[in-house]
Amino acid sequence: MAQYHHSLRFDVDRCDGCMSCMRACPTAAVRVRKGRAVKLADRCIDCGECIRVCPHAAIVPLTDQMSDLSKFECKLAIPSPALYAQFDSEIFPSMIFAALKQCGFDDVESVSPACDAVSIATEIFLNEYRGQYPLISSFCPTVVRLLQVKYPELVDQILPVLAPREISARDAKIRKSKETGLPPERIGAVYITPCPAKIVAILEHPGMQYSNLDTAVSISDLFQTLAAAVSKVQEAEYRIDATESASGLSWAFLGRFPRSLPAENTLSVAGLPNVIRILDDMEKGRLRKYRYIECHACSEGCVGGCLTVENPYLARGKAIKLQQSLPAGCIADRHEVEAAYRRGEFLMDENLASRPLRPLDEDISKAIAKMKERDQILADLPNIDCGACGAPSCHAFAEDVVLGEAEKDSCIFFFQRELTERIEQLATLVRAQKQTIGGLT
Amino acid sequence: MIQEAFESTYHVLGRDFPNAGRVSTSIKDTLKRMGIHPLVVRRIAIVSYEAEMNLVMYATRGKISLRVSLDSVSINVDDEGPGIPDVTLAMEEGYSTATPEMREMGFGAGMGLPNIRRNADEFDISSHVGRGTRLYIRVIQAA
Repeated sequence: MAQYHHSLRFDVDRCDGCMSCMRACPTAAVRVRKGRAVKLADRCIDCGECIRVCPHAAIVPLTDQMSDLSKFECKLAIPSPALYAQFDSEIFPSMIFAALKQCGFDDVESVSPACDAVSIATEIFLNEYRGQYPLISSFCPTVVRLLQVKYPELVDQILPVLAPREISARDAKIRKSKETGLPPERIGAVYITPCPAKIVAILEHPGMQYSNLDTAVSISDLFQTLAAAVSKVQEAEYRIDATESASGLSWAFLGRFPRSLPAENTLSVAGLPNVIRILDDMEKGRLRKYRYIECHACSEGCVGGCLTVENPYLARGKAIKLQQSLPAGCIADRHEVEAAYRRGEFLMDENLASRPLRPLDEDISKAIAKMKERDQILADLPNIDCGACGAPSCHAFAEDVVLGEAEKDSCIFFFQRELTERIEQLATLVRAQKQTIGGLT
Repeated sequence: MIQEAFESTYHVLGRDFPNAGRVSTSIKDTLKRMGIHPLVVRRIAIVSYEAEMNLVMYATRGKISLRVSLDSVSINVDDEGPGIPDVTLAMEEGYSTATPEMREMGFGAGMGLPNIRRNADEFDISSHVGRGTRLYIRVIQAA
Protein backbone atom coordinates (compact mmCIF):
# COMPACT_ATOMS: atom_id res chain seq x y z
CA MET A 1 0.00 0.00 0.00
CA ALA A 2 1.22 3.50 -0.78
CA GLN A 3 2.51 5.55 2.12
CA TYR A 4 0.58 8.72 2.74
CA HIS A 5 1.80 11.72 4.64
CA HIS A 6 -0.29 12.74 7.58
CA SER A 7 -0.37 15.82 9.72
CA LEU A 8 -1.56 14.33 12.98
CA ARG A 9 -0.25 11.77 15.42
CA PHE A 10 -2.16 9.77 18.02
CA ASP A 11 -0.41 9.88 21.37
CA VAL A 12 -1.00 6.41 22.92
CA ASP A 13 0.01 7.57 26.39
CA ARG A 14 -2.68 10.23 26.50
CA CYS A 15 -5.43 8.24 24.74
CA ASP A 16 -7.85 6.44 27.02
CA GLY A 17 -9.92 4.92 24.23
CA CYS A 18 -12.98 7.11 24.85
CA MET A 19 -14.04 6.90 21.18
CA SER A 20 -14.79 10.62 20.78
CA CYS A 21 -12.50 10.80 17.74
CA MET A 22 -13.87 7.59 16.29
CA ARG A 23 -17.40 8.98 16.36
CA ALA A 24 -16.39 12.37 14.97
CA CYS A 25 -14.33 11.10 12.04
CA PRO A 26 -16.18 11.87 8.79
CA THR A 27 -14.36 9.19 6.80
CA ALA A 28 -14.51 6.36 9.37
CA ALA A 29 -10.73 6.39 9.63
CA VAL A 30 -10.46 5.67 13.37
CA ARG A 31 -10.76 2.37 15.22
CA VAL A 32 -10.31 1.72 18.91
CA ARG A 33 -8.18 -1.38 19.39
CA LYS A 34 -6.99 -2.62 22.78
CA GLY A 35 -8.37 0.52 24.40
CA ARG A 36 -6.44 2.96 22.19
CA ALA A 37 -7.48 4.92 19.12
CA VAL A 38 -5.68 4.00 15.91
CA LYS A 39 -5.78 5.80 12.58
CA LEU A 40 -6.38 4.01 9.28
CA ALA A 41 -3.87 5.91 7.17
CA ASP A 42 -5.49 5.28 3.80
CA ARG A 43 -8.85 6.68 4.96
CA CYS A 44 -7.64 9.71 6.93
CA ILE A 45 -7.98 13.02 5.05
CA ASP A 46 -6.36 15.16 7.78
CA CYS A 47 -9.46 17.24 8.42
CA GLY A 48 -8.65 17.54 12.13
CA GLU A 49 -12.18 16.82 13.41
CA CYS A 50 -10.55 14.37 15.86
CA ILE A 51 -8.32 17.13 17.26
CA ARG A 52 -11.40 19.23 18.00
CA VAL A 53 -13.21 16.55 19.98
CA CYS A 54 -10.40 14.76 21.83
CA PRO A 55 -10.86 15.53 25.55
CA HIS A 56 -7.27 14.50 26.37
CA ALA A 57 -5.31 16.39 23.71
CA ALA A 58 -4.08 12.99 22.56
CA ILE A 59 -4.14 13.91 18.90
CA VAL A 60 -1.14 16.05 18.12
CA PRO A 61 -0.90 18.15 14.95
CA LEU A 62 2.49 17.82 13.29
CA THR A 63 2.98 21.54 12.76
CA ASP A 64 6.37 23.07 13.57
CA GLN A 65 7.18 25.07 16.69
CA MET A 66 9.03 28.39 16.46
CA SER A 67 12.16 26.63 17.76
CA ASP A 68 12.11 24.27 14.74
CA LEU A 69 12.56 27.20 12.37
CA SER A 70 16.18 27.93 13.28
CA LYS A 71 17.28 25.82 10.30
CA PHE A 72 16.30 28.69 7.99
CA GLU A 73 18.64 31.63 7.56
CA CYS A 74 15.71 33.84 6.70
CA LYS A 75 12.25 33.16 8.10
CA LEU A 76 9.32 34.43 6.07
CA ALA A 77 5.85 34.29 7.63
CA ILE A 78 2.92 33.78 5.27
CA PRO A 79 -0.13 34.19 7.53
CA SER A 80 -3.47 32.72 6.58
CA PRO A 81 -6.04 35.56 6.47
CA ALA A 82 -7.80 33.56 9.21
CA LEU A 83 -5.08 34.83 11.56
CA TYR A 84 -6.41 38.41 11.28
CA ALA A 85 -9.84 37.23 12.39
CA GLN A 86 -8.46 35.93 15.68
CA PHE A 87 -7.94 39.52 16.81
CA ASP A 88 -10.41 42.34 17.32
CA SER A 89 -11.17 44.30 14.19
CA GLU A 90 -9.23 47.38 15.38
CA ILE A 91 -6.05 45.30 15.24
CA PHE A 92 -4.94 45.90 11.65
CA PRO A 93 -2.91 43.34 9.69
CA SER A 94 0.07 45.75 9.77
CA MET A 95 0.12 45.44 13.58
CA ILE A 96 -0.03 41.66 13.41
CA PHE A 97 2.83 41.71 10.89
CA ALA A 98 4.92 43.88 13.22
CA ALA A 99 4.17 41.47 16.06
CA LEU A 100 5.16 38.47 13.91
CA LYS A 101 8.54 40.11 13.38
CA GLN A 102 8.85 40.51 17.15
CA CYS A 103 8.17 36.79 17.45
CA GLY A 104 11.21 35.92 15.36
CA PHE A 105 10.20 36.21 11.72
CA ASP A 106 12.47 38.21 9.41
CA ASP A 107 9.63 39.27 7.18
CA VAL A 108 5.93 38.78 6.56
CA GLU A 109 4.10 38.44 3.25
CA SER A 110 0.39 39.20 2.99
CA VAL A 111 -1.65 36.60 1.11
CA SER A 112 -4.26 39.19 0.07
CA PRO A 113 -2.62 40.22 -3.24
CA ALA A 114 -2.32 36.55 -4.21
CA CYS A 115 -5.96 35.95 -3.22
CA ASP A 116 -7.08 38.71 -5.59
CA ALA A 117 -4.73 37.46 -8.31
CA VAL A 118 -5.99 33.89 -7.97
CA SER A 119 -9.57 35.17 -8.24
CA ILE A 120 -8.68 36.74 -11.59
CA ALA A 121 -6.82 33.62 -12.72
CA THR A 122 -9.86 31.52 -11.79
CA GLU A 123 -12.13 33.76 -13.86
CA ILE A 124 -9.83 33.43 -16.87
CA PHE A 125 -9.69 29.66 -16.45
CA LEU A 126 -13.48 29.35 -16.14
CA ASN A 127 -14.04 31.53 -19.21
CA GLU A 128 -11.84 29.29 -21.33
CA TYR A 129 -12.79 25.93 -19.80
CA ARG A 130 -14.75 23.57 -22.04
CA GLY A 131 -14.84 20.42 -19.88
CA GLN A 132 -17.37 19.00 -17.48
CA TYR A 133 -19.02 21.24 -14.91
CA PRO A 134 -19.04 22.07 -12.08
CA LEU A 135 -15.44 22.69 -11.11
CA ILE A 136 -14.46 22.31 -7.47
CA SER A 137 -12.16 24.70 -5.61
CA SER A 138 -8.64 23.45 -4.90
CA PHE A 139 -7.51 25.68 -2.02
CA CYS A 140 -8.66 23.41 0.83
CA PRO A 141 -6.26 20.45 1.04
CA THR A 142 -8.75 18.35 3.01
CA VAL A 143 -11.35 18.72 0.26
CA VAL A 144 -8.75 17.78 -2.37
CA ARG A 145 -7.82 14.69 -0.40
CA LEU A 146 -11.46 13.77 0.21
CA LEU A 147 -11.95 13.84 -3.56
CA GLN A 148 -8.82 11.77 -4.21
CA VAL A 149 -9.86 9.11 -1.70
CA LYS A 150 -13.66 8.97 -1.86
CA TYR A 151 -14.62 10.60 -5.16
CA PRO A 152 -11.90 9.52 -7.61
CA GLU A 153 -14.12 10.11 -10.63
CA LEU A 154 -14.53 13.79 -9.67
CA VAL A 155 -10.79 14.51 -9.35
CA ASP A 156 -10.69 15.73 -12.96
CA GLN A 157 -13.13 18.46 -11.95
CA ILE A 158 -10.81 20.03 -9.36
CA LEU A 159 -9.89 23.56 -10.45
CA PRO A 160 -6.20 23.32 -11.50
CA VAL A 161 -5.43 26.85 -10.27
CA LEU A 162 -2.89 27.11 -7.43
CA ALA A 163 -3.89 28.19 -3.94
CA PRO A 164 -3.04 31.81 -3.00
CA ARG A 165 -0.67 30.66 -0.22
CA GLU A 166 1.53 28.98 -2.84
CA ILE A 167 1.62 32.07 -5.08
CA SER A 168 2.45 34.27 -2.06
CA ALA A 169 5.24 31.98 -0.91
CA ARG A 170 6.75 31.85 -4.39
CA ASP A 171 6.64 35.62 -4.92
CA ALA A 172 7.89 36.36 -1.40
CA LYS A 173 10.86 34.03 -1.77
CA ILE A 174 11.87 35.63 -5.06
CA ARG A 175 11.55 39.10 -3.53
CA LYS A 176 13.44 38.18 -0.38
CA SER A 177 16.17 36.40 -2.30
CA LYS A 178 16.77 39.58 -4.34
CA GLU A 179 16.75 41.73 -1.21
CA THR A 180 19.12 39.60 0.85
CA GLY A 181 21.20 37.87 -1.80
CA LEU A 182 20.39 34.55 -0.14
CA PRO A 183 19.55 31.60 -2.41
CA PRO A 184 15.81 30.75 -2.19
CA GLU A 185 16.51 27.38 -0.55
CA ARG A 186 17.91 29.12 2.53
CA ILE A 187 14.75 31.17 2.93
CA GLY A 188 12.01 29.38 4.83
CA ALA A 189 8.45 30.21 3.83
CA VAL A 190 6.35 29.41 6.90
CA TYR A 191 2.59 29.27 6.64
CA ILE A 192 0.75 30.46 9.75
CA THR A 193 -1.95 27.86 9.53
CA PRO A 194 -5.47 27.44 10.89
CA CYS A 195 -5.44 23.67 10.28
CA PRO A 196 -3.09 20.67 10.05
CA ALA A 197 -4.15 19.85 6.48
CA LYS A 198 -1.82 22.52 5.08
CA ILE A 199 1.12 20.47 6.38
CA VAL A 200 0.01 17.58 4.20
CA ALA A 201 -0.37 19.95 1.26
CA ILE A 202 3.24 21.06 1.80
CA LEU A 203 4.57 17.50 2.12
CA GLU A 204 2.56 16.01 -0.73
CA HIS A 205 2.14 19.11 -2.94
CA PRO A 206 -0.81 17.70 -4.92
CA GLY A 207 -0.82 19.01 -8.49
CA MET A 208 2.62 20.62 -8.05
CA GLN A 209 6.16 19.36 -8.54
CA TYR A 210 7.01 20.90 -5.18
CA SER A 211 5.48 23.28 -2.68
CA ASN A 212 6.80 26.82 -2.37
CA LEU A 213 6.06 26.66 1.34
CA ASP A 214 8.55 24.92 3.59
CA THR A 215 6.58 24.33 6.73
CA ALA A 216 3.71 25.58 8.87
CA VAL A 217 3.23 26.87 12.40
CA SER A 218 -0.26 26.75 13.87
CA ILE A 219 -2.23 29.83 14.85
CA SER A 220 -3.08 28.18 18.18
CA ASP A 221 0.59 27.51 19.08
CA LEU A 222 1.62 31.02 18.14
CA PHE A 223 -1.34 32.92 19.51
CA GLN A 224 -0.27 33.62 23.07
CA THR A 225 3.16 35.03 22.17
CA LEU A 226 1.72 36.87 19.22
CA ALA A 227 -1.09 38.48 21.22
CA ALA A 228 1.43 39.71 23.78
CA ALA A 229 3.56 41.19 20.99
CA VAL A 230 0.52 42.79 19.34
CA SER A 231 -0.29 44.65 22.54
CA LYS A 232 3.17 46.24 22.41
CA VAL A 233 3.31 47.35 18.77
CA GLN A 234 4.23 50.94 18.09
CA GLU A 235 1.69 53.51 16.97
CA ALA A 236 3.39 53.74 13.59
CA GLU A 237 1.98 50.32 12.74
CA TYR A 238 -1.64 51.53 13.08
CA ARG A 239 -2.10 51.84 9.35
CA ILE A 240 -3.74 50.08 6.45
CA ASP A 241 -1.20 48.63 4.06
CA ALA A 242 -1.55 48.61 0.32
CA THR A 243 -1.10 44.85 0.51
CA GLU A 244 -4.47 44.27 2.16
CA SER A 245 -7.89 44.11 0.59
CA ALA A 246 -11.38 43.25 1.71
CA SER A 247 -11.65 40.69 -1.11
CA GLY A 248 -8.39 39.03 -0.05
CA LEU A 249 -9.58 38.69 3.52
CA SER A 250 -12.82 37.13 2.33
CA TRP A 251 -10.92 33.95 1.44
CA ALA A 252 -10.78 33.11 5.13
CA PHE A 253 -14.49 32.47 5.41
CA LEU A 254 -17.37 31.00 3.55
CA GLY A 255 -18.73 33.25 0.87
CA ARG A 256 -19.34 33.56 -2.81
CA PHE A 257 -16.09 33.32 -4.67
CA PRO A 258 -14.83 34.70 -6.98
CA ARG A 259 -17.00 37.70 -6.26
CA SER A 260 -17.20 38.54 -9.96
CA LEU A 261 -18.83 35.21 -10.87
CA PRO A 262 -22.60 35.28 -11.14
CA ALA A 263 -24.14 33.98 -7.93
CA GLU A 264 -26.72 31.83 -9.68
CA ASN A 265 -24.23 29.30 -10.97
CA THR A 266 -21.75 29.13 -8.13
CA LEU A 267 -22.16 27.41 -4.78
CA SER A 268 -20.36 27.85 -1.46
CA VAL A 269 -20.26 24.91 0.90
CA ALA A 270 -18.59 24.60 4.30
CA GLY A 271 -18.29 21.79 6.82
CA LEU A 272 -17.29 18.28 5.79
CA PRO A 273 -20.71 16.61 6.17
CA ASN A 274 -22.14 19.31 3.87
CA VAL A 275 -19.26 18.97 1.41
CA ILE A 276 -19.85 15.21 1.32
CA ARG A 277 -23.55 15.75 0.60
CA ILE A 278 -22.81 18.16 -2.21
CA LEU A 279 -20.23 15.81 -3.75
CA ASP A 280 -22.75 12.95 -3.55
CA ASP A 281 -25.22 15.11 -5.46
CA MET A 282 -22.54 16.02 -7.95
CA GLU A 283 -21.80 12.35 -8.62
CA LYS A 284 -25.46 11.78 -9.37
CA GLY A 285 -25.33 14.44 -12.04
CA ARG A 286 -27.49 16.92 -10.11
CA LEU A 287 -25.25 19.96 -10.24
CA ARG A 288 -24.44 20.29 -13.92
CA LYS A 289 -25.95 23.74 -14.18
CA TYR A 290 -23.39 25.08 -11.71
CA ARG A 291 -20.00 26.18 -12.92
CA TYR A 292 -18.01 26.45 -9.74
CA ILE A 293 -18.32 25.08 -6.23
CA GLU A 294 -16.29 26.53 -3.41
CA CYS A 295 -15.73 23.85 -0.76
CA HIS A 296 -14.32 24.40 2.73
CA ALA A 297 -13.82 21.41 5.02
CA CYS A 298 -14.29 23.51 8.16
CA SER A 299 -17.58 25.10 9.08
CA GLU A 300 -17.49 28.81 8.20
CA GLY A 301 -14.27 28.23 6.22
CA CYS A 302 -10.66 28.68 7.39
CA VAL A 303 -11.77 30.79 10.38
CA GLY A 304 -13.27 27.52 11.65
CA GLY A 305 -9.97 25.62 11.41
CA CYS A 306 -9.21 23.31 14.31
CA LEU A 307 -5.92 25.10 15.05
CA THR A 308 -7.47 28.53 15.54
CA VAL A 309 -8.40 29.99 18.92
CA GLU A 310 -11.48 32.15 18.32
CA ASN A 311 -15.02 30.84 17.94
CA PRO A 312 -15.47 30.65 14.13
CA TYR A 313 -18.67 32.70 14.12
CA LEU A 314 -17.09 35.49 16.16
CA ALA A 315 -13.98 35.28 13.97
CA ARG A 316 -16.11 35.66 10.86
CA GLY A 317 -17.85 38.66 12.42
CA LYS A 318 -14.50 40.26 13.22
CA ALA A 319 -13.23 39.60 9.70
CA ILE A 320 -16.31 41.24 8.19
CA LYS A 321 -15.82 44.27 10.43
CA LEU A 322 -12.13 44.48 9.51
CA GLN A 323 -13.11 44.29 5.84
CA GLN A 324 -14.99 47.56 6.23
CA SER A 325 -11.72 49.35 7.02
CA LEU A 326 -9.88 47.77 4.09
CA PRO A 327 -9.90 48.91 0.44
CA ALA A 328 -12.87 47.30 -1.30
CA GLY A 329 -11.37 46.94 -4.76
CA CYS A 330 -9.10 44.28 -6.17
CA ILE A 331 -5.43 44.99 -5.41
CA ALA A 332 -4.04 42.76 -8.14
CA ASP A 333 -3.29 44.17 -11.58
CA ARG A 334 -5.49 42.37 -14.09
CA HIS A 335 -3.04 42.74 -17.01
CA GLU A 336 -0.12 41.53 -14.95
CA VAL A 337 -2.09 38.56 -13.67
CA GLU A 338 -3.29 37.68 -17.15
CA ALA A 339 0.28 37.81 -18.49
CA ALA A 340 1.53 35.59 -15.63
CA TYR A 341 -1.43 33.27 -16.19
CA ARG A 342 -0.44 32.88 -19.85
CA ARG A 343 3.04 31.95 -18.69
CA GLY A 344 1.43 29.18 -16.63
CA GLU A 345 2.35 30.73 -13.30
CA PHE A 346 -1.07 30.19 -11.77
CA LEU A 347 -1.68 26.65 -12.91
CA MET A 348 -0.82 23.30 -11.39
CA ASP A 349 2.11 21.72 -13.19
CA GLU A 350 1.33 18.10 -12.35
CA ASN A 351 -1.73 15.94 -12.78
CA LEU A 352 -3.83 15.49 -9.69
CA ALA A 353 -4.09 11.76 -9.26
CA SER A 354 -6.93 9.99 -7.54
CA ARG A 355 -6.11 7.38 -4.95
CA PRO A 356 -9.30 5.54 -4.18
CA LEU A 357 -9.67 3.46 -1.05
CA ARG A 358 -8.59 -0.12 -1.50
CA PRO A 359 -11.79 -2.02 -2.32
CA LEU A 360 -12.85 -5.18 -0.47
CA ASP A 361 -10.89 -7.03 -3.12
CA GLU A 362 -9.13 -6.11 -6.35
CA ASP A 363 -10.57 -9.22 -7.98
CA ILE A 364 -14.20 -8.65 -8.87
CA SER A 365 -15.35 -12.20 -8.17
CA LYS A 366 -13.72 -12.11 -4.72
CA ALA A 367 -15.20 -8.65 -4.13
CA ILE A 368 -18.65 -10.06 -4.94
CA ALA A 369 -18.12 -12.88 -2.42
CA LYS A 370 -16.86 -10.48 0.23
CA MET A 371 -19.75 -8.05 -0.27
CA LYS A 372 -22.19 -10.96 0.18
CA GLU A 373 -20.35 -11.95 3.33
CA ARG A 374 -20.49 -8.36 4.58
CA ASP A 375 -24.26 -8.26 4.14
CA GLN A 376 -24.62 -11.61 5.96
CA ILE A 377 -22.55 -10.30 8.89
CA LEU A 378 -24.49 -7.04 8.89
CA ALA A 379 -27.74 -9.00 9.23
CA ASP A 380 -26.41 -10.50 12.49
CA LEU A 381 -25.50 -7.13 13.95
CA PRO A 382 -27.83 -4.84 15.93
CA ASN A 383 -27.36 -1.87 13.55
CA ILE A 384 -27.32 0.65 16.35
CA ASP A 385 -23.71 1.79 15.80
CA CYS A 386 -22.89 1.60 19.52
CA GLY A 387 -19.15 1.57 18.86
CA ALA A 388 -18.34 -0.92 21.62
CA CYS A 389 -16.56 -3.16 19.10
CA GLY A 390 -14.13 -0.33 18.32
CA ALA A 391 -15.58 0.51 14.90
CA PRO A 392 -17.68 3.62 14.28
CA SER A 393 -20.65 1.74 12.79
CA CYS A 394 -22.00 -1.78 12.33
CA HIS A 395 -21.39 -1.22 8.65
CA ALA A 396 -17.70 -0.42 9.17
CA PHE A 397 -17.37 -3.32 11.60
CA ALA A 398 -18.85 -5.81 9.11
CA GLU A 399 -16.30 -4.64 6.54
CA ASP A 400 -13.47 -4.96 9.06
CA VAL A 401 -14.53 -8.55 9.78
CA VAL A 402 -14.61 -9.40 6.07
CA LEU A 403 -11.18 -7.86 5.63
CA GLY A 404 -9.87 -9.89 8.57
CA GLU A 405 -9.19 -6.81 10.65
CA ALA A 406 -11.72 -7.56 13.39
CA GLU A 407 -13.32 -10.62 15.00
CA LYS A 408 -17.07 -11.01 14.85
CA ASP A 409 -17.05 -11.82 18.60
CA SER A 410 -16.02 -8.23 19.30
CA CYS A 411 -19.68 -7.28 18.83
CA ILE A 412 -21.10 -7.59 22.35
CA PHE A 413 -24.61 -8.20 21.01
CA PHE A 414 -23.53 -10.96 18.69
CA PHE A 415 -21.30 -12.43 21.39
CA GLN A 416 -24.06 -12.41 24.00
CA ARG A 417 -26.44 -14.16 21.62
CA GLU A 418 -23.83 -16.77 20.76
CA LEU A 419 -23.07 -17.27 24.45
CA THR A 420 -26.75 -17.68 25.34
CA GLU A 421 -27.12 -20.30 22.63
CA ARG A 422 -24.04 -22.16 23.86
CA ILE A 423 -25.28 -22.07 27.46
CA GLU A 424 -28.66 -23.43 26.39
CA GLN A 425 -26.96 -26.21 24.43
CA LEU A 426 -24.85 -26.98 27.46
CA ALA A 427 -27.91 -26.97 29.75
CA THR A 428 -29.69 -29.42 27.46
CA LEU A 429 -26.63 -31.64 27.56
CA VAL A 430 -26.47 -31.51 31.36
CA ARG A 431 -30.19 -32.39 31.65
CA ALA A 432 -29.74 -35.38 29.36
CA GLN A 433 -26.71 -36.47 31.38
CA LYS A 434 -28.67 -36.15 34.66
CA GLN A 435 -31.45 -38.35 33.32
CA THR A 436 -28.92 -41.04 32.40
CA ILE A 437 -27.31 -40.84 35.83
CA GLY A 438 -30.80 -40.75 37.40
CA GLY A 439 -31.59 -44.04 35.67
CA LEU A 440 -28.58 -45.69 37.29
CA THR A 441 -29.28 -44.69 40.86
CA MET B 1 -22.62 -23.14 -13.27
CA ILE B 2 -24.28 -20.61 -11.01
CA GLN B 3 -23.29 -17.12 -11.97
CA GLU B 4 -21.51 -15.25 -9.26
CA ALA B 5 -23.40 -12.10 -8.40
CA PHE B 6 -24.02 -9.75 -5.53
CA GLU B 7 -27.61 -8.68 -5.09
CA SER B 8 -29.26 -6.15 -2.86
CA THR B 9 -32.77 -4.74 -2.75
CA TYR B 10 -33.81 -1.35 -1.43
CA HIS B 11 -37.31 -0.17 -0.67
CA VAL B 12 -38.46 3.32 -1.54
CA LEU B 13 -41.65 5.14 -0.53
CA GLY B 14 -43.46 7.58 -2.79
CA ARG B 15 -43.43 11.23 -1.66
CA ASP B 16 -40.70 10.45 0.88
CA PHE B 17 -38.71 13.54 -0.08
CA PRO B 18 -36.66 13.77 3.15
CA ASN B 19 -35.01 10.42 2.35
CA ALA B 20 -34.95 10.77 -1.42
CA GLY B 21 -31.49 10.08 -2.81
CA ARG B 22 -30.31 7.78 -0.02
CA VAL B 23 -30.74 4.59 -2.00
CA SER B 24 -28.66 5.85 -4.92
CA THR B 25 -25.95 7.03 -2.50
CA SER B 26 -25.94 3.61 -0.87
CA ILE B 27 -25.72 1.84 -4.26
CA LYS B 28 -22.86 4.10 -5.30
CA ASP B 29 -20.94 3.44 -2.07
CA THR B 30 -21.44 -0.30 -2.38
CA LEU B 31 -20.06 -0.29 -5.94
CA LYS B 32 -17.03 1.74 -4.87
CA ARG B 33 -16.26 -0.72 -2.08
CA MET B 34 -16.39 -3.52 -4.63
CA GLY B 35 -13.79 -1.78 -6.75
CA ILE B 36 -16.12 -1.18 -9.72
CA HIS B 37 -14.59 1.15 -12.32
CA PRO B 38 -15.26 4.84 -11.49
CA LEU B 39 -16.92 5.48 -14.86
CA VAL B 40 -19.35 2.60 -14.33
CA VAL B 41 -20.03 3.88 -10.79
CA ARG B 42 -20.79 7.31 -12.17
CA ARG B 43 -23.21 6.01 -14.78
CA ILE B 44 -25.00 3.81 -12.26
CA ALA B 45 -25.10 6.72 -9.78
CA ILE B 46 -26.89 8.87 -12.35
CA VAL B 47 -29.24 6.09 -13.46
CA SER B 48 -30.18 4.99 -9.94
CA TYR B 49 -30.67 8.56 -8.76
CA GLU B 50 -32.99 9.47 -11.65
CA ALA B 51 -34.91 6.24 -11.15
CA GLU B 52 -35.18 6.80 -7.41
CA MET B 53 -36.45 10.35 -7.92
CA ASN B 54 -39.03 9.21 -10.48
CA LEU B 55 -40.22 6.65 -7.96
CA VAL B 56 -40.39 9.17 -5.10
CA MET B 57 -42.19 11.74 -7.24
CA TYR B 58 -44.78 9.58 -8.99
CA ALA B 59 -45.19 6.15 -7.38
CA THR B 60 -46.79 4.93 -4.16
CA ARG B 61 -43.95 2.61 -3.32
CA GLY B 62 -41.40 0.46 -5.04
CA LYS B 63 -38.12 -1.36 -4.89
CA ILE B 64 -34.78 -0.86 -6.51
CA SER B 65 -32.59 -3.92 -6.94
CA LEU B 66 -28.90 -3.85 -7.58
CA ARG B 67 -27.10 -6.76 -9.17
CA VAL B 68 -23.36 -6.85 -9.64
CA SER B 69 -21.99 -9.69 -11.72
CA LEU B 70 -18.55 -10.31 -13.15
CA ASP B 71 -19.27 -8.45 -16.36
CA SER B 72 -21.97 -5.91 -15.56
CA VAL B 73 -23.96 -3.91 -13.07
CA SER B 74 -27.74 -3.87 -13.44
CA ILE B 75 -30.57 -2.02 -11.77
CA ASN B 76 -34.17 -3.20 -11.68
CA VAL B 77 -36.88 -0.81 -10.58
CA ASP B 78 -40.35 -2.08 -9.88
CA ASP B 79 -42.95 0.36 -8.62
CA GLU B 80 -46.60 0.43 -7.67
CA GLY B 81 -48.11 3.60 -9.00
CA PRO B 82 -50.06 5.33 -11.76
CA GLY B 83 -47.92 3.93 -14.58
CA ILE B 84 -47.07 5.78 -17.80
CA PRO B 85 -49.86 5.96 -20.43
CA ASP B 86 -47.54 6.68 -23.38
CA VAL B 87 -44.04 5.32 -22.83
CA THR B 88 -42.74 6.53 -26.21
CA LEU B 89 -43.78 10.07 -25.38
CA ALA B 90 -42.28 9.82 -21.88
CA MET B 91 -38.96 8.84 -23.41
CA GLU B 92 -38.76 12.09 -25.38
CA GLU B 93 -36.38 14.71 -24.07
CA GLY B 94 -38.24 17.60 -22.48
CA TYR B 95 -41.52 15.74 -22.07
CA SER B 96 -42.64 16.01 -18.47
CA THR B 97 -45.74 15.59 -16.36
CA ALA B 98 -44.13 17.15 -13.30
CA THR B 99 -46.27 19.34 -11.08
CA PRO B 100 -45.21 22.94 -10.37
CA GLU B 101 -44.18 21.71 -6.90
CA MET B 102 -41.75 19.18 -8.38
CA ARG B 103 -40.38 21.79 -10.76
CA GLU B 104 -39.77 24.10 -7.85
CA MET B 105 -37.54 21.40 -6.41
CA GLY B 106 -35.48 21.37 -9.59
CA PHE B 107 -37.01 18.27 -11.17
CA GLY B 108 -39.36 17.78 -14.05
CA ALA B 109 -37.22 19.07 -16.92
CA GLY B 110 -38.24 15.97 -18.82
CA MET B 111 -34.71 14.64 -18.80
CA GLY B 112 -35.06 11.80 -16.28
CA LEU B 113 -35.89 8.83 -18.50
CA PRO B 114 -33.82 10.00 -21.50
CA ASN B 115 -30.90 10.50 -19.11
CA ILE B 116 -31.31 6.97 -17.76
CA ARG B 117 -31.36 5.52 -21.27
CA ARG B 118 -28.33 7.56 -22.33
CA ASN B 119 -26.28 6.12 -19.46
CA ALA B 120 -27.36 2.51 -19.94
CA ASP B 121 -25.91 -0.15 -22.23
CA GLU B 122 -29.18 -2.05 -22.04
CA PHE B 123 -32.47 -0.42 -21.21
CA ASP B 124 -35.99 -1.70 -20.96
CA ILE B 125 -39.18 -0.10 -19.72
CA SER B 126 -42.67 -1.43 -19.37
CA SER B 127 -45.63 0.17 -17.75
CA HIS B 128 -49.25 -0.63 -16.94
CA VAL B 129 -51.57 2.28 -16.28
CA GLY B 130 -52.97 2.03 -12.76
CA ARG B 131 -50.49 -0.65 -11.72
CA GLY B 132 -46.96 0.58 -12.05
CA THR B 133 -43.75 0.77 -14.02
CA ARG B 134 -40.76 -1.51 -14.42
CA LEU B 135 -37.32 -0.41 -15.50
CA TYR B 136 -34.28 -2.46 -16.33
CA ILE B 137 -30.87 -0.94 -16.83
CA ARG B 138 -27.58 -2.71 -17.42
CA VAL B 139 -24.13 -1.17 -17.61
CA ILE B 140 -21.37 -3.40 -18.99
CA GLN B 141 -18.02 -3.38 -17.19
CA ALA B 142 -15.12 -3.28 -19.59
CA ALA B 143 -12.82 -6.24 -19.03
